[in-house]
Amino acid sequence: MRAPADVLVDWSWLGDHTSVVTHLAAEHVKLTLIAVAIGMAISFPLGVLAHRHRWVYAPVNGFAGILYTIPSLALFALLVPYTGLSTTTAEIGLVSYTLLILIRNVVAGLDGVSADVREAARGMGYNDRQLLWRVEIPLALPVIIAGIRIATVTTIGLVTVTALIGHGGLGALILQGYRQDFPTPAYAGGALSVVLAIIADVVLLTVQRVLTPWAKPADVRHQVEAAVPAALAGA
Amino acid sequence: MGLFRQGLSWLVDGGHWVGTGGILQRLVEHAEMFALAMLIASALALPVGLVIGHARRVAFLAVNAAGVGRALPTFAVLYYAYRLTLKAHPFAFWPTLIALVFLAVPPMLTNTFVAVAGVDPDTVEAARGVGMAERQVLLRLELPLASPLMLDTVRTVAVQVAATAGFGAVFGWGGLGRFIVDGFAAYDYPQLLAGAILIAAFAVVVDLAFGLVGRHPALRRLRV
Repeated sequence: MRAPADVLVDWSWLGDHTSVVTHLAAEHVKLTLIAVAIGMAISFPLGVLAHRHRWVYAPVNGFAGILYTIPSLALFALLVPYTGLSTTTAEIGLVSYTLLILIRNVVAGLDGVSADVREAARGMGYNDRQLLWRVEIPLALPVIIAGIRIATVTTIGLVTVTALIGHGGLGALILQGYRQDFPTPAYAGGALSVVLAIIADVVLLTVQRVLTPWAKPADVRHQVEAAVPAALAGA
Repeated sequence: MGLFRQGLSWLVDGGHWVGTGGILQRLVEHAEMFALAMLIASALALPVGLVIGHARRVAFLAVNAAGVGRALPTFAVLYYAYRLTLKAHPFAFWPTLIALVFLAVPPMLTNTFVAVAGVDPDTVEAARGVGMAERQVLLRLELPLASPLMLDTVRTVAVQVAATAGFGAVFGWGGLGRFIVDGFAAYDYPQLLAGAILIAAFAVVVDLAFGLVGRHPALRRLRV
């Protein structure tokens, strides 16, 4: 039935397993979306708070930094005895790694709004809430979305790791390829994970360009580089 | 907390530290793998990043290297490295090393490039104006100005390499990940937790150590 192991990719396997692969890809997207959504739900209020009250930033950033430093393998291993092989275990880990990137970008975006603009809004009689929602957040949006892009691409890669605790989306194919000594599923899983990351990146970039057409790409990039050095990629 | 305490007692049991497959052996393996991967990746990425940053060439490639690296799932890279070198090296040392280097190079390259290329062009012109050779401009001006960002990058990458080395155990290598993979396979939760604590502690120590190195006076003098 099976092609010899030295065949690089057994295309007929792929043809026979499209429904499994599609299902796993959907699982992959779902795990990613939930993680980034929860991550944002936590990071956004914390970022706003840290922007308004400077002293909040250090502890919040420090805590997110510690979470980011804990290796994913260790974090999942720490959780399994308590939360089992559940989706909860996977999501706690995935969410933990989005926080540092998201919080830093929310704060950087809000901090990047110029004092003149803020003064002008005050002059027009905006209160704190109006200033935040009508001026600061719209102007911070390009940098915030850039943070979501980085967090999303990182999470898509990290989801594959959750194969070790019985999830993994396309990562399950990588583990299967290893365990069955049959590389085709592993190559498919890895390649499709990269494709998902590229699609997510392009979609989010398009969303940002449509929502905030005024933002200059170079300005956004500089702010993001200052907030999140390129080395902060998940492992 | 009962389980966690069992993990701690597993960890402090002297019998688990010595002998073949003991914590000491795994710790040394992990440290060796970490050091080798960091040395090779730094030797590859930092000089190249410096030179292309100085020349401000191939910017597109250099700036996007980290992004491409980020999209590659660690897990897949490890598997591919394993697959490619399996026949020659059944104990997964080389595949793990290759994968770690492969994952460490892009962010180092990108940030070194960004750091060097980001040096104020007027300052660089002024240095040339006072007669500095290109080599001097790079080593005496751009390198010191770029070094804070480079050191931060090396630190971040070091933490990632320390963490990712744990995955080598999934593919048959040793290191501290061994306790997690074995503990998991045997439903031995104390061993699993002990492994998690060891890897997390290793990563934290690496983070603190590289943080301290960055504050060393000899390096601080680099920070103009």
